[in-house]
Amino acid sequence: MGEWYWLPDYAWRFVEGIGVTLELLFIALFFGFLLAIPIGLVQVTGPKWLAAIARGFCTMIRGTPLLIQLWLLYYGLGSLFPYFPELRNSFLWPILREAFPYAAVAFIISVAAYEGHIMRGAFASVPKGELEAARSMGMGRFTVLRRIWLPRAIQNVLPTLAGEAVLTLKSVPLASTITIFDVFGVGGIVRQETYRIYEPLIFVGFIYLLITAVLVVLFRWLENRVPSANRA
Amino acid sequence: MKTMKSILAAVILSAAAATTARADTIRLGLDSAPYDPFYSRTAGGEWKGFEIEVGDALCKAMNEECEWVPIAWDGIIPALTSNQIDAIVGSMSITEERMKTIDFSNKYYNTPAALIAPKSMEIKSIEDLKGKTVGVQVSTTHANFAEAKMDGATIKTYQDFNEHNQDLFAGRIDAVAADSLALDPFLKSKEGESMEVKLTFEDDAIFGPGVGAGIRKGDTELKDKFNKAIAQILEDGTYDEIAKKYFDFDIYGGR
Amino acid sequence: MIDVTFFANIYELMSEWGPNFWRGLLASLQIAFGGYLLGLLIGVSGAIGKIYGGPVLKWVLEIYTTLIRAVPELVLILLLFYAGTQLLAQGLAALGYERVTISGLAAGIVVLGIVQGAYSTEVMRGAILAIPKGEVEAGAAFGMGSFKIFRRIMIPAMLPLALPGLSNLWLIITKDTALLAVVGYEELALVTRQAAGATRYYLEAYLVAGAIYLLVTLISMKLFNLAENRVTRGRKSLASGGA
Repeated sequence: MGEWYWLPDYAWRFVEGIGVTLELLFIALFFGFLLAIPIGLVQVTGPKWLAAIARGFCTMIRGTPLLIQLWLLYYGLGSLFPYFPELRNSFLWPILREAFPYAAVAFIISVAAYEGHIMRGAFASVPKGELEAARSMGMGRFTVLRRIWLPRAIQNVLPTLAGEAVLTLKSVPLASTITIFDVFGVGGIVRQETYRIYEPLIFVGFIYLLITAVLVVLFRWLENRVPSANRA
Repeated sequence: MKTMKSILAAVILSAAAATTARADTIRLGLDSAPYDPFYSRTAGGEWKGFEIEVGDALCKAMNEECEWVPIAWDGIIPALTSNQIDAIVGSMSITEERMKTIDFSNKYYNTPAALIAPKSMEIKSIEDLKGKTVGVQVSTTHANFAEAKMDGATIKTYQDFNEHNQDLFAGRIDAVAADSLALDPFLKSKEGESMEVKLTFEDDAIFGPGVGAGIRKGDTELKDKFNKAIAQILEDGTYDEIAKKYFDFDIYGGR
Repeated sequence: MIDVTFFANIYELMSEWGPNFWRGLLASLQIAFGGYLLGLLIGVSGAIGKIYGGPVLKWVLEIYTTLIRAVPELVLILLLFYAGTQLLAQGLAALGYERVTISGLAAGIVVLGIVQGAYSTEVMRGAILAIPKGEVEAGAAFGMGSFKIFRRIMIPAMLPLALPGLSNLWLIITKDTALLAVVGYEELALVTRQAAGATRYYLEAYLVAGAIYLLVTLISMKLFNLAENRVTRGRKSLASGGA
């Protein structure tokens, strides 16, 4: 059912596409989460003006479509380049030229905003008593964060973070609109060369399904390893 | 279960109701992104351009009402085959590959494909493109050509025509392969002044004999209507009148 | 960089393309609204099906929700748009309608509605399951028929629990309308791209678009907050709401 003659010809490109997809996903999740920690934390501890900035950041990013953010970064910034010809000779140029860094930045910012919002709730939900107990035991503030606050916060929201990871994976195809060849982008090439519409799309969907399954299993494993007093 | 069935029926019927089946309007599909000088939207939302005028003239010759329907270029052939539009009048080249899925009217213009790049760049032949980055629009014959013939070059595909020009201007890509005529306004514009045409391509297998109206396979009635209309406007001078407004050479490509 | 020309460009952009932006926004909102309602309808039906349905129905619904939530929206949108319009056209042709143009609006609504329906099902399901059984049993004890129970007990009880998730879904769909730009439907994102391409004011155009989307989000959040306050009057607040 359907014509799949093109698969062997494009198999290697699809493998490369999976590589790009995974690369983008891990960079986004890793750096995004790192950023999410201070963004979420500062909204709970203060100071007020910093918290307001963090909250404003989260609202702005979460309130606009990722597609617009991608286009804004890639084409918006790109439209400024001709006015700064010196850029082409700078060491930054190889990075500015490629499309991947823009997608990476856009995704990192997006993950940071959504997970920052989640972490805010997570940090706020850790019982104050535990933190006070730790302080009264003489732990420094950073130690408290590292050993009590952060782990407990993560425990509470691991399922939600897992959901965010899946959502991020599902957003990766948007990068194909700025010339990045993730799995979906490769599917577009197949569509363009063979004029088959459904088969490449189904194949792309299937690949993403598989990656999602792996991601979900990974997070389930993580959840089992993390002790959670809240588990039913 | 009954509620679900009635909901399903309601959805289908409301979809039918939401559709406007204007009897006997011929729906002409074109790219949803502007493609000067062939077609683009004015700020006021009207369609303008060479192809728009030719399309309207063809409809007048066929004695039919026509309606322009913008569709993402990527999906314009599926839109035709699933009966969302009746013809593709959006500068689609007649190629053998496409003819496997759809039919075409006779051509109504033909322009060669061209490669443009900054004046300072040395490009004398396709081999010079090795190691360079070339931008094309998805699902165009130019993209097909680039994929097939430009060995060693990195091909980047863009959603629409203006975007690869913009990236060329920004310096992200080294060259752009597109229709020589569509590139003309760009070359004349402020952004394109530092670019020039480096190569032109003739490859009948990939580019085909020219641009025609895409028609569903088996819709011979419409195809004949189009062909008659094309012949008519070529004969009675309407075509030349329109072409003169935009081009000072023969865009039809030999009669 | 951000100097006077920036604002001058925005002025020029808006005075020339302003009406198009509003046209696109209207299109986006129409689709969002229609898709959201359709999603809610599917969600309620799906939730009830998952809780009270037979094993086959449960299995089908499980596949539906899992597939939709595991496959990228862009893939779903393209598939549903092309396959969906083709199927609908064939279906309607079989019913006797000669040639029907599935308007882009209808197609967009159906596509986004189906996608939202999967998420909506889960939200509703969670909310319905959280209704204290006693309330439903009391209704039955009073002799209320199942539809009456649904209307007078379940919906009011379920609303405060579902509202955070549902408000989230609304925010999601208003942003997902942008994805329809990839299928060429002239909503706000595509109009912005057209305007940017024509004027070459890419930075300004996308910033304006972002601002418009943000405005929609902020207004929506305000409205949902009001709704939540109204609906949870006198109730204990839920410990940890959704996102």
